[in-house]
Amino acid sequence: MADNAEILSGLAEIVEEVAGIDTAEVSAEKSFVDDLDIDSLSMVEIAVQAEDKFGVKIPDDQLAELKTVGDAVDYIAKNQ
Amino acid sequence: MTGRLRLPPAVPGARILGLGSVQPDNVVTNDDLAQRMDTDDQWIRDRVGIRSRRIADDQTLLVDMATDAGALAVKDAGLTPAEIDTVIVASCTMPNPIPNAAAQTAHRIGIGTPAAFDLNAACAGFCYGLGTAADLVRAGSARHVLVIGAEKLSDWLDWDDRSTAIIFADAAGAAVVGPAADDESAGIGPVAWGSAGDMARAIHITDGSRSRAGGALLQEGQAVFRWATTQIAPVALRAVELAGLTPGDIDVFVPHQANLRIVEAVAKRLRAKGARQDMVVADDIVHSGNTSSASIPMALDHMRADGRVASGDMALLVGFGAGLSYAGQVVVLP
Repeated sequence: MADNAEILSGLAEIVEEVAGIDTAEVSAEKSFVDDLDIDSLSMVEIAVQAEDKFGVKIPDDQLAELKTVGDAVDYIAKNQ
Repeated sequence: MTGRLRLPPAVPGARILGLGSVQPDNVVTNDDLAQRMDTDDQWIRDRVGIRSRRIADDQTLLVDMATDAGALAVKDAGLTPAEIDTVIVASCTMPNPIPNAAAQTAHRIGIGTPAAFDLNAACAGFCYGLGTAADLVRAGSARHVLVIGAEKLSDWLDWDDRSTAIIFADAAGAAVVGPAADDESAGIGPVAWGSAGDMARAIHITDGSRSRAGGALLQEGQAVFRWATTQIAPVALRAVELAGLTPGDIDVFVPHQANLRIVEAVAKRLRAKGARQDMVVADDIVHSGNTSSASIPMALDHMRADGRVASGDMALLVGFGAGLSYAGQVVVLP
């Protein structure tokens, strides 16, 4: 089981690969849409990779609730 | 005669003998769409990779496009219409269920009294039709099958809905399937196909009168994107395996042109499983939009015209879409 810091760094790597955003930019308070400019299809790609990496399920309706990077980290930590 | 019924002699295999495709003349750019709905060129290119598409006028019927594409494929195969004995039209956008498209299309091409039927597997329709045609030929039920994917999606679009109007377009693409003289010249591999009816609502046409034809095509974008980017590469890999090949044997990858990002995501997964970096990947959607069952044969025809593929190339086809339905096979290009 990964702790929150490990989840954040793993998630940042996924965001970098999918959206080309430097891992340093991907911090907990950032909004995926408003701050990182990630669109809904890239969010799906991030979710699919996060599912593989952390062994969680992130359905589309749940994905819509994950507004910030911190929301995603908390969700993964709770559901892994 | 050994059994109680006489059966036709089977042939060793089937292959594609010819290709053809047509699009309407009317080019609709992203800027054209931006004038009538809240969108812009960059937004569309970022999300679906489309720069322009072709939209038929009111007078052009689906069967007009099917006829023109089919006639070109018959000619390309070096055959006369009289030599075609079966016509399959894959389509999900006929304005009325009766009569079907296949019989009237055959008649217009000058094919006398063929077996003629429509097949609706939406964007997987061409690969379903190709697999069916190959088996009809192999079993001796048909000798030369004309398979046409034809769609007039513009009839079923709500032109105020930017989530669909930017994506779909009109076209027809066709292939002629005929017998292979021996195992060595067989050119259509076994079909890997299936469906996911639990996701039927993910792409559907509504009741009502929101389009020229009636209801409007709706798509749950995220759900379909997730399904396509995760479930279609395994189908494609199964088609490769069924043909006794490995991903590294594939010269050309032609997935249904649904969305350039899906095309690229699936190609990436195939390369992670051994497909070559220099494998040519179809990107016909950029100037054609998503034309459902027409997209695969049209992409092949365009890539051949551009010199990006050559006769004898090993091409991996995979169609996927409403149903949900999917089908793929490896073919040797004519």
